Amino acid sequence: MILESKIPEVTLEKKWESYRNNCQIVSPANKKKYTIIVVGTGLAGASAAASLGELGYNIKSFCIQDSPRRAHSVAAQGGINAAKNYQNDGDSVWRLFYDTIKGGDFRAREANVYRLAEISANIIDQCVAQGVPFAREYGGMLANRSFGGTLVSRTFYARGQTGQQLLLGAYGALMRQVNLGKVQLFPQREMLDLVVIEGKARGIVTRNLVTGEIESHTGDAVVLATGGYGNIYYLSTNAKNSNASAAWRCYKRGAYLANPCFVQIHPTCIPVSGDYQSKLTLMSESLRNDGRVWVPKNAGDRRQPEQIPEAERDYFLERKYPTYGNLVPRDVAARNAKEICDSGAGVGETGRAVYLDFSDAIQRLGKDYIQDKYGNLFDMYAKIAGEDPYQVPMQIYPAVHYVMGGLWVDYTLMSNIPGLFVLGEANFSDHGANRLGASALMQGLADGYFIIPYTIGDYLARAKLSKISHEAPEFQDSVRQVEEFVKRLMAVRGQKTVMNYHRELGLLMWDFVGISRSETGLKYALDRIADLREDFWRNVRVSGEANTLNKQLEMAGRVADFLELGELMALDALQRNESCGAHFREECQTPEGEAQRNDKEYSYVAVWEHLDSGKQPVLHKEPLVFENLVPSQRSYQ
Amino acid sequence: MKSEKLMTFKLLIWRQVSPTIRGKMVAYKVENISGNMSFLEMLDVLNEDLIAQGQEPIEFDSDCREGICGTCSLVIDGIAHGTQQKTTACQLYMRHFRDGQTITVEPFRAKAFPVIKDLVVDRSAFDRIIAKGGYVSVNTGNAPDANAIPIPKEMADKAMDVAECIGCGACVAACPNASASLFVSAKVSQYTFLPQGHPERKQRVAQMVEQMDAEGFGNCSNHWECEAVCPKGISVTNIARMRREYWGTLLG
Repeated sequence: MILESKIPEVTLEKKWESYRNNCQIVSPANKKKYTIIVVGTGLAGASAAASLGELGYNIKSFCIQDSPRRAHSVAAQGGINAAKNYQNDGDSVWRLFYDTIKGGDFRAREANVYRLAEISANIIDQCVAQGVPFAREYGGMLANRSFGGTLVSRTFYARGQTGQQLLLGAYGALMRQVNLGKVQLFPQREMLDLVVIEGKARGIVTRNLVTGEIESHTGDAVVLATGGYGNIYYLSTNAKNSNASAAWRCYKRGAYLANPCFVQIHPTCIPVSGDYQSKLTLMSESLRNDGRVWVPKNAGDRRQPEQIPEAERDYFLERKYPTYGNLVPRDVAARNAKEICDSGAGVGETGRAVYLDFSDAIQRLGKDYIQDKYGNLFDMYAKIAGEDPYQVPMQIYPAVHYVMGGLWVDYTLMSNIPGLFVLGEANFSDHGANRLGASALMQGLADGYFIIPYTIGDYLARAKLSKISHEAPEFQDSVRQVEEFVKRLMAVRGQKTVMNYHRELGLLMWDFVGISRSETGLKYALDRIADLREDFWRNVRVSGEANTLNKQLEMAGRVADFLELGELMALDALQRNESCGAHFREECQTPEGEAQRNDKEYSYVAVWEHLDSGKQPVLHKEPLVFENLVPSQRSYQ
Repeated sequence: MKSEKLMTFKLLIWRQVSPTIRGKMVAYKVENISGNMSFLEMLDVLNEDLIAQGQEPIEFDSDCREGICGTCSLVIDGIAHGTQQKTTACQLYMRHFRDGQTITVEPFRAKAFPVIKDLVVDRSAFDRIIAKGGYVSVNTGNAPDANAIPIPKEMADKAMDVAECIGCGACVAACPNASASLFVSAKVSQYTFLPQGHPERKQRVAQMVEQMDAEGFGNCSNHWECEAVCPKGISVTNIARMRREYWGTLLG
């Protein structure tokens, strides 16, 4: 089995142009003959559905929310990167490319990342034209701020609600196509299977979350934009309904899953305060522009923060990384926070927190300035923590936020199953082993607005697609399997709730497949996950009926899938016996305690293939070739 | 994040099996509730108890649980999203309630928001209104450079103030007429403030208002209840602006 990445064989700067010049195009008259299924309406899905609808394709757009506008991209706070160099501070496509590859610790494809950097500027143009109210300077020009892992200001933002504003822009574009009859909306539908006919993705099977009906939908291609699987940890910054099921069911139908162990732990979240907690709330990384991270120098110093004099504070990021200071990449900041808390210097009631202090910035720039820039984040913090961050430092701690791993795709964003395209967080392609802040929004919109419209045309123009219907045995078979899965879940009638299992799995994943991993821990996790999965199918209790709105049932299906995915994540973390980016193996550290990569043995994408009937999945390796950059030990000192 | 003593509450919650079967208020008791729990986490605790007792849990909508997706939709003690200003139900914390208090929980109620089950309502009417003009008609790839049109900071800020709308529908639930005027006016205003919205200014407001009426939302008669419950603090002055824009289309 050869993994064909289909990267055009020209120089880096010419690859995307060359692809666009040479790809096949479906004629305007023929586009209306094709139906494309787009699953998910976040930034990637909504922008893809809208752009493909504009081109003339018929689109069926699916989401689990009651409205496409509520997809989880809405919660992204800080901003979106683009190599505009409006600040004249030395930014360029090359520098954004370089920062992204380096930030990802040299575990991403050069070609994909370069294309992303090239497209970044178009995204800002497009969004401004849609009426996205980005922050502006008094002269009327767009404002920028800095994010971690960069030395330039290239992040565009709309207060602390950039994701919301970009999503509403894409949602507006999508609803316009609904109004024009090019997009048909299917809200409150959960994709539970991919239908592959004659080797090509030809449809999906969904559950109508209101009526419980199992439905089949045919199409000429399937675009999956269903986000990431961070909710496997139970506590994460993801929305409650974010899940892995659509992607996981594709994996079980033969789509390859790449680098599943690459999970981003975000350094600045509001700490856990109790067992009942249902989610963790992010405090945007942009806060690290003006906030300073510190703990008391003396572990166990229980004084109030304002009573601790300057000389007795340890600004540990500034101390260890003088060049980047508080703006080191997320993985570095998160690991340092964990280590300092492990050493006993953590603050707050549980000792699992560090301070993020704005008093210097407020003194220097004034409260109004800080309020204008971060007002909604400060309000959110005050509501949750019950403390005023203008008066006392915030307490923050790392939490699971984003997954770099995802379904494997080639340069055209197509998986190994022809006709199945994967966009946004659901694919693995651009962020390597660690994503830089403000790059998720960039990737989602690059994939949806500017890449898929070209690459899907090329596929459809070449593919020989036979006529199919819901009556095809593959559809019938798939519907039957989904119905059986639902019946099995309802039939267990055990003692433990779905949430019990989810929490237990989450803790296992956090402890052993979290910020740091070790061989013994991973092996232990593998055993425990298998036990837990067995117990789940013996003893879970799903209340209510299957033929109505039933959120317990929805969650039960997702947790059942998480219980399988967790095992693959641990297996992947185990085989990658190196540290890189967010994947930190305790066995592999530099003398300074930084991640120690091993390029000789692990400069590859780990690509997993599912095998039926309980066999171990097969690992394929796509070698990463660096023709333009020399992989180096990351240093942010 | 200070520790507090645990509390007990009596809850009166709306239960409704399906859109067509009449619902009723049902009493429940929850114990060991920490002030640091969100209102929805308190309902999670209740649901876990109900499942353990073999009863059907209460269906309620929630997703991001950080006040931005607009999914949660509860009327708490008669107020959409509860008593805290500029706060969604998911961001409402139990520290704002008194130990032993009775709390009523109902769905957002409006003719245009039919109940699906328990506390879950159908708000797809909002999507159909947006489909009629809540956007700038610009195809992907058409855009000039983002800095080609300078926009005064004040205008950009005003546009952002209204663009913050999360589409939760609290404004409708709070309005005695179940009017969607605040929701629609926020979108209309955003594109009135920004030059990108101007080419379609007239048809946008005309079509969106027409759709709002067709969905069965009531008219605005200046109660201002919408602004009082809006989690994003969107001002009723936007409704006045929408009316001006609307009359402008009629007067040519």
